[in-house]
Amino acid sequence: MSKTLFDKVWDPHVVRKIEGGPDVFFIDRHLIHEVTSPVAFLGLKNRGVKVLYPERTFATADHNTPTINQHLPVEDPLSAKQLKALEDNSHEHGIRHWGLGHKNNGIVHVIGPENGITLPGATIVCGDSHTSTHGAFGAIAFGIGTSEVEMVLSTQCIMQPKPKKMRINVTGKLSKAVTPKDVALYIISQLSTSGATGYFVEYAGNVFEDMTMEGRMTVCNLSIEMGARGGMIAPDEKTFTYIKGRPFAPTGEAWDTAMTYWKTLKTDNDAQFDKELIFDGSVIEPMITFGTNPGMGIGISQHIPMIDTIEGGKATYEKSLKYMGYAENDAMIGKKVDFVFVGSCTNGRIEDFRAFASIVKGKKKAENVTVWLVPGSHIVEDQIIEEGILDIITKAGFTLRQPGCSACLAMNDDKIPAGKYAVSTSNRNFEGRQGPGARTMLASPLVAAAAAITGVVTDPRVLIN
Amino acid sequence: MAYDKFNILKSTAVPLPLENVDTDQIIPARFLKATERLGFGDNLFRDWRYNSDNSPKVDFVLNDPKYTGKILIGGKNFGSGSSREHAAWAVYDYGFRCVVSSFFADIFKNNCLNIGVLPVQVSAEFSEQLFNAVYDDPTTEIEIDLVKQTITLLSTGIQESFDINNYKKDNMLNGFDDIDYLQNIKGEIQEFAKGLPL
Repeated sequence: MSKTLFDKVWDPHVVRKIEGGPDVFFIDRHLIHEVTSPVAFLGLKNRGVKVLYPERTFATADHNTPTINQHLPVEDPLSAKQLKALEDNSHEHGIRHWGLGHKNNGIVHVIGPENGITLPGATIVCGDSHTSTHGAFGAIAFGIGTSEVEMVLSTQCIMQPKPKKMRINVTGKLSKAVTPKDVALYIISQLSTSGATGYFVEYAGNVFEDMTMEGRMTVCNLSIEMGARGGMIAPDEKTFTYIKGRPFAPTGEAWDTAMTYWKTLKTDNDAQFDKELIFDGSVIEPMITFGTNPGMGIGISQHIPMIDTIEGGKATYEKSLKYMGYAENDAMIGKKVDFVFVGSCTNGRIEDFRAFASIVKGKKKAENVTVWLVPGSHIVEDQIIEEGILDIITKAGFTLRQPGCSACLAMNDDKIPAGKYAVSTSNRNFEGRQGPGARTMLASPLVAAAAAITGVVTDPRVLIN
Repeated sequence: MAYDKFNILKSTAVPLPLENVDTDQIIPARFLKATERLGFGDNLFRDWRYNSDNSPKVDFVLNDPKYTGKILIGGKNFGSGSSREHAAWAVYDYGFRCVVSSFFADIFKNNCLNIGVLPVQVSAEFSEQLFNAVYDDPTTEIEIDLVKQTITLLSTGIQESFDINNYKKDNMLNGFDDIDYLQNIKGEIQEFAKGLPL
């Protein structure tokens, strides 16, 4: 029977099917961080259970870490306690732990791929919804809750009903300054934040084929924002080239065996999806959000939709605009910006900083904006320095912070103050996401760069020659 | 963590008819710093419930003494966003045992089932009827019968059935959790793992 890419990875990982229930689903690689793991370890302790396969779990500190002065003790006692708990739990159970200051430390979804932990055909979970990022390699990767973290630690399995399958095709040629982030925000704006709930998405079409691995990661990362549990892209030569030689990637004979298997990981021609969508990539503009969920995005040159054109919850829409301090029919161009954040598991990789630098090179930071540039990992940070990007951004008046999730969820001190506006390359513009009362506009690193030097929402196309 | 068995729940309900209520609203990230599962109910809907000086926002439903009970009725796409199980813990810890919505986000729904909060998905029409009934009379009781998989508005008798898979239903009726199940088949899992490429 013809199979989709998703079937080809899912089916061999089913340990047991439960009649009228979920599958017992085996997890190859498990990533943990300090926020969603402590209670899981506590559960193990209460049950008197050990971690079954410690070598399959990788720990990093990212959600709740400072992005300056990481060499000093963490000031917030609660954060410090969580970080210590991760370190102690990892040590006790023999799990690799990349804590603050470790050369491999960084955001969990950045370090997985860059260390070769993320591989095609693998099943990968983490107590974080943006685990979908790893689907860029043809892995099945999705976020889980803490109860499930405990399941994986103790038995390397979770209980999961097989989701339905959706394929999203984007074809055509992308316009100038349209990045993978814009493609994803466009899809979400068309589907809404619940349009893919219950589905696992495969992204197909030349737009994704033409993307770099980092671009594919950005797209897969945002799958959860359309409600999908995850998204994936069939591995190809770009994928294999990216993986080869990374620390945890297979080598020698194991590499050859893996390659033989990985090359089979694509959807059969006549395989069926429960839902199939097709979009024309050539109509996509640089995107920006105007509301309080990632589905509330429009092309940057457009105006905020009129309430009468909104399907469903008008009260929710009005609440959202009120929170943002916007009105229907407002133009987004020229909107006030107080903060710019470049970073997160969505856009905290080297290509994102290259994009940012391409716009700000030879220009100056706008005086009215505070700009936080936060690399996704130490490896990204090192690349920024080695490639001369640090020089470019320094000359333009910017500084670079240290790796972590930072203002994406504002668990640490990187909070946007109440009422202030941020253009952010992260993934969620929910009320208070970037700090109580903070107002977030999601956008690409190019749009973020344009805001950082002009001080208002600006179409990056006017700054590119 | 084992939880209370769920069988029949008869209770008044708290209405929250907003759509796309995300888990950052249910429990903001700054309250995720605990290393134990304690006290999350205090911060349920923190920023909708309290002003920045910690005084209650009088217009938020949880601060309205008219509305109480173990059932939370939410709008469409309830629980979207972050996978934080803390959101489900906050709902449970506050005292809710059931969330009713016309549509749930996946991970939140799963997290609820794993910790003993029953997510009951109803039609948009039924959800509307529930909201109207509770707004008309906050003492209106709703009955949720897990064995029969029905939700009934007791004042009018209107009823709808809801879906839950047999495995999860059995777990909730008995207060079992998935880890109990998985622990029992550990040998089978280890045998299975030997045949995997990774």
